[in-house]
Amino acid sequence: MQREGSAFSGLGVVMLKELSDHLTSVRMRVLEWLVVLVALAALYGAIQQIKDTTAEDPFLFLRLFTTSRDSLPSFVSFLSFLVPLMAIGLGFDSVNGEHNRRTLSRILAQPIYRDALLFGKFLAGLVTLSISLVSLWLLVIGLGLLLIGIPPGAEEIARSFVFLLVTIVYAGVWLALAMLFSVLFRSAATAALVTLGLWLLMTFIWPVLAGAVAQIIVPPDPRYMALGLQTPGTAELEQILARLSPSTLYAEVIVAILDPTTRALGPIYLSQLQGAVLGAPLPLASSLLIAWPQIVAMIATAMMLFVAGYVVFQRQEVRA
Amino acid sequence: MSEDKVIEATGLTKNYGQAVAVDHISFDVGRGEIFGLLGPNGAGKTTTILMMLGLTEITSGDVRVLGFNPAREPLSVKRRVGYMPDTVGFYDNLSAADNLRYTARLIGFRFAEREKRIAEALERVGLAEVADKRVATFSRGMRQRLGLAEILMKGAQIAILDEPTSGLDPHATSELLGIIRGFKAEGVSVLLSSHLLERVQSVCDRVALFSAGKIALMGSVPDLGRQILGGGYVVDIEADGAGLAERLALIPGVSGVEKTGIGKLRLQADRDVRPEAAAEVVTMQGRLKYLGVQEPSLEAIYTRYFEAQPEQVLKEGVRDAA
Repeated sequence: MQREGSAFSGLGVVMLKELSDHLTSVRMRVLEWLVVLVALAALYGAIQQIKDTTAEDPFLFLRLFTTSRDSLPSFVSFLSFLVPLMAIGLGFDSVNGEHNRRTLSRILAQPIYRDALLFGKFLAGLVTLSISLVSLWLLVIGLGLLLIGIPPGAEEIARSFVFLLVTIVYAGVWLALAMLFSVLFRSAATAALVTLGLWLLMTFIWPVLAGAVAQIIVPPDPRYMALGLQTPGTAELEQILARLSPSTLYAEVIVAILDPTTRALGPIYLSQLQGAVLGAPLPLASSLLIAWPQIVAMIATAMMLFVAGYVVFQRQEVRA
Repeated sequence: MSEDKVIEATGLTKNYGQAVAVDHISFDVGRGEIFGLLGPNGAGKTTTILMMLGLTEITSGDVRVLGFNPAREPLSVKRRVGYMPDTVGFYDNLSAADNLRYTARLIGFRFAEREKRIAEALERVGLAEVADKRVATFSRGMRQRLGLAEILMKGAQIAILDEPTSGLDPHATSELLGIIRGFKAEGVSVLLSSHLLERVQSVCDRVALFSAGKIALMGSVPDLGRQILGGGYVVDIEADGAGLAERLALIPGVSGVEKTGIGKLRLQADRDVRPEAAAEVVTMQGRLKYLGVQEPSLEAIYTRYFEAQPEQVLKEGVRDAA
């Protein structure tokens, strides 16, 4: 038997309320300052570097995002830290916060389904992140225009826009994860710690572990080692394992999108290089094609994490 | 379902794994009635309430709220029923009115109606002056009143209140009970749960006494009094004088005299024997320090009922320990 009414009644109301909570919160103030400072720091480094080494680069504008200087990391690597932290910061107490404030049962006694509450919270978080990221993106492009003085081409704008969208998807992955843990753990502090721990594991430890695990499962062939090459089997397994982490996926997409000369994400065989003009840029559509599996995988991860949180939330007792 | 029943539960059961939280309970609540679910903590009151709202799954049995099945038509039930949970919570960063506005938007009231209803509801519970103050500054009693305002604003036909008076001082309690009586005057049925027997005795038309997931007793307080306490009178007397107990036992209608302390006696009688008892003390030239008759209180009914069934109390004790 189908349940009565729409699962989405009240969705808009929940979303607007959560959005206004996010936008007026102290947490958001901190994130905003972080956004501005990160943009300035990364741009400063990038522009110094670009000015020093201005070559005839057809994609000079994209270098804004990827160039780093000395000790300062590039804008992209700044973002890959900042985005998960922002998402976790917005999501870690979304459901258990309602429990702890004892508002959950009162809200669920109104004529809405739990679906609307959870989905509304997720959308509000995603919109908040999007607002921050779009403003960050505009800030970087605007400052870049002012400081470099060369207008970006259509392709560069398109590529940086795809980069923005992918970053929002990446934020969605961590937001969904944070919300899953906010459903699972009644204590907000536990949820935040577990999510941050998983983020550390996925971003810093897993890429190293993936190599070690791959070498154990498929030991490197001494013949390749003698030539100073990676064993293909080991390298492939390592990459498969590393790609279980959304951080790896995001990094790969960014490389493909922001560096038009990227031809493949993974080991390249000599046969694949036949007839290729090394260093020649690919059109955007081809770059997208290279990164497409990673993009789809990230969207799927976000959806799976959200669904997991949804299932647990539906079955959870509302009483405190 | 009959016209004047707003809630009908038959054989309602809830299991958490092996543990039975609510065990085949049946009751009904009439239109405009104040019905009390009373019993110790953990007796299954809140679980029963959550099942009626469709907020927790029903293991077996059936409940109809205003003719709707809460498991299948939760939105219809929740649109017509107001619920105030145990220690109700509000968003501290929002004002009282904004908290109600959020609920009103969830219910789907349009702007003009929303503002009118919110203003009226806050007025009724005496929070109109602090409508724009943040809830963070509110006392416990004010929060409970805001919870009632939410139900008023909703225009609910049934108000379900879980432990509405717990943690309140006597003044706030009587204020709250006054508002609850106001519900009844408007024809709103009220179902309230409490572990504080004597506080709610005054407002409830009928009560169901819960024990270990079962309804042990159900009916109006005077009815239960007659049923359990046997309709007799218990007169407590504190006086001195040798042989007073023997003299008092001779008063017509007194069936037993029990010594409850130094100079304290308890008489069981089939009528109010206070005048005769006083006269006896006076003729013996004793000094009368206290003379009182016990009203049938829920506390007494409850205690007496479980004294009579030590086995069940024992079982309950084991459950609490577990």
